[in-house]
Amino acid sequence: MAAGIVNLSTSTFDERVLSSDTPVVVDFWAEWCGPCKSIAPILGEIADELGEQITVAKVNVDDNPDLAMRYNVMSIPTLLVFSGGEVHKRLVGAKGKSHLLQELDEFLVSSR
Amino acid sequence: MNTARNVVIVGSGPAGLTAAIYAARANLAPLVIEGEPSSTSDQPGGQLMLTTDVENFPGFPDGIMGPELMQNFRRQAERFGAEFLTEKATKVDLAVRPFRIWVRDTMYESDAVIVSTGARSLMLGLEAETRLIGHGLSTCATCDGFFFRGQHIAVVGGGDSALEEATFLTRFADKVTVIHRRDELRASKIMQDRAFANPKIEFLWNTVVSDLVGQEKLEGAVVQDALTGATRTLPVTGLFVAIGHRPNTDLFAGILDTDEAGYLVTRPRSTATNIEGVFACGDVQDHTYRQAVTAAGSGCMASIDAERWLEAQHSSPT
Repeated sequence: MAAGIVNLSTSTFDERVLSSDTPVVVDFWAEWCGPCKSIAPILGEIADELGEQITVAKVNVDDNPDLAMRYNVMSIPTLLVFSGGEVHKRLVGAKGKSHLLQELDEFLVSSR
Repeated sequence: MNTARNVVIVGSGPAGLTAAIYAARANLAPLVIEGEPSSTSDQPGGQLMLTTDVENFPGFPDGIMGPELMQNFRRQAERFGAEFLTEKATKVDLAVRPFRIWVRDTMYESDAVIVSTGARSLMLGLEAETRLIGHGLSTCATCDGFFFRGQHIAVVGGGDSALEEATFLTRFADKVTVIHRRDELRASKIMQDRAFANPKIEFLWNTVVSDLVGQEKLEGAVVQDALTGATRTLPVTGLFVAIGHRPNTDLFAGILDTDEAGYLVTRPRSTATNIEGVFACGDVQDHTYRQAVTAAGSGCMASIDAERWLEAQHSSPT
């Protein structure tokens, strides 16, 4: 069983994302956003399937507007992929599971 | 998952899900290929997934939120045994029996097919769109309105969707400019009255958006007066596009007949298409009414048509 999705806030963001040894996908979302809700179960499955290769985390923009502003998030859902403390990919808008897995593939250690 | 079916339903807005409820209750064990998540209306649940209050769906006197309504439709279909696949159909072969439908590498066979793929929002067709989508240019007011608190933004379009978005966006923005290419609106009277009465909404008539300004994020929209040709830049930080819809028929191009506007053609007083055993319902075949309730009604018709057609197939010798 994987760790699931990590819920981030302004106070935990730097430690959990910027100092992480593994790549981190951060989902900027909100309760009132329909497409955010539709990708939530998909991100859960991805977290389970990719296990320790990647951390899946989320930021509620209502509770943490400063983080949304810091990363210029103006549309949700937006997924940012962090590696070595920097943003390496920005995915705007909800997408299907196979599409997301394809986008994340380059960040996985080639364990196959 | 069983890949041989009585009925496969492609699309899951009000039409597809109503067809699923009826087909499931008729013990046809339908498979619904519902589409995949997206921030456009081309997603499971369809166009209502991007709306807020639905005030004209009968049975909800106090209104209901669009996504909640669609979740209810889906649960009702599931309750009677409809199965769902959260993927997009990628290819069809309707020249063979049973019909074949692919989702990437997996093939599903079905005796009857119900097409309810709906319609998707049109974009402006400007080169800058791909660069600025998610950076001020938005396809989803309910998702992104929040980020424009206290700002001046614009909505392009003159129909019900445009005015609904404009009215919704005044919760956040200081000023919402509705840019419309004509001098009168297509929107319903009640939506027009609401928008005209809203002090935060102003209208730019006979105007089109000809370009977008901004590299990293939207800084303005170049607007052109349709009568004089004069252009100027409107300093908006957000732009929401609601200029109409196009039916999602790509999957069936060259297979199912369409009218001059691109909508699937069904026989009068029926949902039958030009291929026997293939039925169409909802916005993919309707450019006249395009309401949730008419889509649901036509979904019910498609399921009954499919059920009767299947019965006739089984009772007649082949």
